[in-house]
Amino acid sequence: MTITHADGRQRPSAVPRESEAGSGRPPGRTALGRRKGGGPWSSKTAAWMFLTPVILYLGAFYAYPLYRNIDLSVRHYTVRSFVQGDAPFSGWDNFHQVVHDATFATALRNTMVFTVVSIVFQYGIGLALAVFFHRNFRLAPTLRALFLIPWLLPLIVSASTWSWMLNSESGVVNYALHLAGISKVDWLTSPSWALTSVIIANIWIGIPFNLVILYSGLQTIPAELYEAASLDGAGAWQQFRRITFPLLRPVSAITVLLGLIYTLKVFDLIWIMTKGGPGDASSTLATWSYRLGFGSLLPQFGPGAAVGNILILIALVFGLLYIRVQRRQTA
Amino acid sequence: MTHTRIALAAVAACTALVGTAACGGGSGAASGKSADSGTYTFWDPYPQFDGSSAWAKLVGTCGTKAGVTVKRTAYDTTDLGNKALLAAQQGNAPDVMLVDNPVVSTLVEAGILNKMNEVGIPTTSVQKNIIGAGVVDGAPYGVPIGANTLALFYNKNVLAAAHIDPASITTWDTLTAALEKVKAAGKKGITFSAIGTEEGSFQFLPWFWGAKGDLTHLDNADGQAALSLWKDWVDQGLAPNDVLNNTQTTSWQEFATGQYAFGENGTWQLANAKKTGFPYGVISIPARDGGAAPAPTGGEFVTVPVQKDSARYTTSAKIVSCLTNDANLLSTDTTLSYVAPTQTAQNQQVSAAAELRPWVEAVAAARGRTSNGLGTRYPVISQQLWAAVQGALSGSKSPASALQAAQKAVENHQG
Repeated sequence: MTITHADGRQRPSAVPRESEAGSGRPPGRTALGRRKGGGPWSSKTAAWMFLTPVILYLGAFYAYPLYRNIDLSVRHYTVRSFVQGDAPFSGWDNFHQVVHDATFATALRNTMVFTVVSIVFQYGIGLALAVFFHRNFRLAPTLRALFLIPWLLPLIVSASTWSWMLNSESGVVNYALHLAGISKVDWLTSPSWALTSVIIANIWIGIPFNLVILYSGLQTIPAELYEAASLDGAGAWQQFRRITFPLLRPVSAITVLLGLIYTLKVFDLIWIMTKGGPGDASSTLATWSYRLGFGSLLPQFGPGAAVGNILILIALVFGLLYIRVQRRQTA
Repeated sequence: MTHTRIALAAVAACTALVGTAACGGGSGAASGKSADSGTYTFWDPYPQFDGSSAWAKLVGTCGTKAGVTVKRTAYDTTDLGNKALLAAQQGNAPDVMLVDNPVVSTLVEAGILNKMNEVGIPTTSVQKNIIGAGVVDGAPYGVPIGANTLALFYNKNVLAAAHIDPASITTWDTLTAALEKVKAAGKKGITFSAIGTEEGSFQFLPWFWGAKGDLTHLDNADGQAALSLWKDWVDQGLAPNDVLNNTQTTSWQEFATGQYAFGENGTWQLANAKKTGFPYGVISIPARDGGAAPAPTGGEFVTVPVQKDSARYTTSAKIVSCLTNDANLLSTDTTLSYVAPTQTAQNQQVSAAAELRPWVEAVAAARGRTSNGLGTRYPVISQQLWAAVQGALSGSKSPASALQAAQKAVENHQG
């Protein structure tokens, strides 16, 4: 919700700024020339001064790291050349290497499954809970607050807790299964269950985000619509299908897209619970990138950065989609 | 100016992680060496020791004796190697650095460590197999501060209830038979760590070497025998399935529940062993056909990274010599629960605490992971080895095909 707001406010002021920066940066000397004329240079200087911190910030924390990451991925780094800074340019070699690695297909597939399944359930459950709490029964605020807990806990705490709960020998989940007469499941250590386990944990963590945004989206739907619908004899399901869901579509689109971008890069949860294992069974592009760069005693910075860049490209596609959706909604 | 550069480097390192949350801990961590010539920087992987600990005081005292102030920074051990590479890239390497032994050859490969004889630090009193991990092309690049290794802790109560004499366990067959007896008596067999990190390889190596396995030929019959041993234990329930996810710490926690007969763990758990509340003993890990299997050496090396100003080495050498003289080794290794790397200090250790004797013997039989010329080939081999262990134990591959795939991957990487 805040995000929509911030963007909405930025838009009117950002447009003139952008055009100014676009025409003002390369022909900056023309601007200098005008200053002598005593024109509005003081306001222009002030504008630049206001912009400087943003530009510095973007440069230091976005542009430069991104440049370094691309640079890392197109050079053949060894530990020696990393220190001496003379790594030879190797073009697409690192990308070629990672794409032809046996892990690539697994990691890509796992990333997709992890993201899509997580989003579907997070959104579905989040929406169901939002509709449920929208009825404003007694205790609703308290219960709603309780549902926010996964969001408030540090990830290291929730991920470790999940990993204890799902432990195959002493976990509480297997104990419950045992009481129910079901034989134990190797949640984190079986190649067929590890991915499912991290997805379950990730769904749990993502529900509050969906709940909060969808719930606030529900508040914006006028109550009269429901009154009119019930006068026309629409049942609860019809009201949901014909009013709630269509009117919630803009908010839903944003929620799902933000969730996609967020879920693509989930690393810590998986690393804490399974380290991407057993083998590659729960490796995603994010964990694989980390493992290449930092997971062994001999770092492979080049291939690690290449995987990272592939992940950035995928996220970029969804990012552009998000911007498009947003633009269409404000238009 | 340097500060911005450091900040940028930190950011660059973080982006390499793309969206990983591991960048949080770096706050002010990269504050390298100041220009002040009277201040020497010192890095170690012991964040558990704060400024008031005996270790930190020893470091400070050694600086004072050399006539300088030592600024100590402690990093997490998995982090230190990469921190050192980054610092060297920025021309900011510490004056003296303590690193985990298998990292030494990587740092030598990066060209950021000095040979010990070039900075005038004698290494002759150190046991050959312990310093082995720090020797590249015949020259030592560090002095071990202490050594640790792996052995089998056993729970005396569990063994007694299953009528097993620990002294009878000398081969894999006798060990497996003991595990079966324990299981029949309603307790659990053995716990270890087979996690997909260096720890997993570290724990697997005694079995691998105990079968006379060869790290340069992972897939030969001896290596397969070692992996099959572990796999059979897990398949038959003699070892729990969660070894796949166990670190050495969680594996120790399992052993400490008192339900397990054996736990494969290291010298550093001795202090914890006394807190478990049940009587315990230690035997060396048996080789396949009897005798003690060579376990890998663990422990850190004191190194002197390359500096622009080579005049600093004289003082750095004084600090290193102070940290590694026999008296200080003794107190440091007692604190760390390590075995001292020199004969003299070992003798003093054993006479002070007889329980250390099996560990001193185990260390004497141990091997460096990067020794015998493996150097930086070891990290590549190790990564494939733990992947093979994970593949076989989780049932996604047979031991033979897992090790063949591992060997192939190593060859691809090196070819």
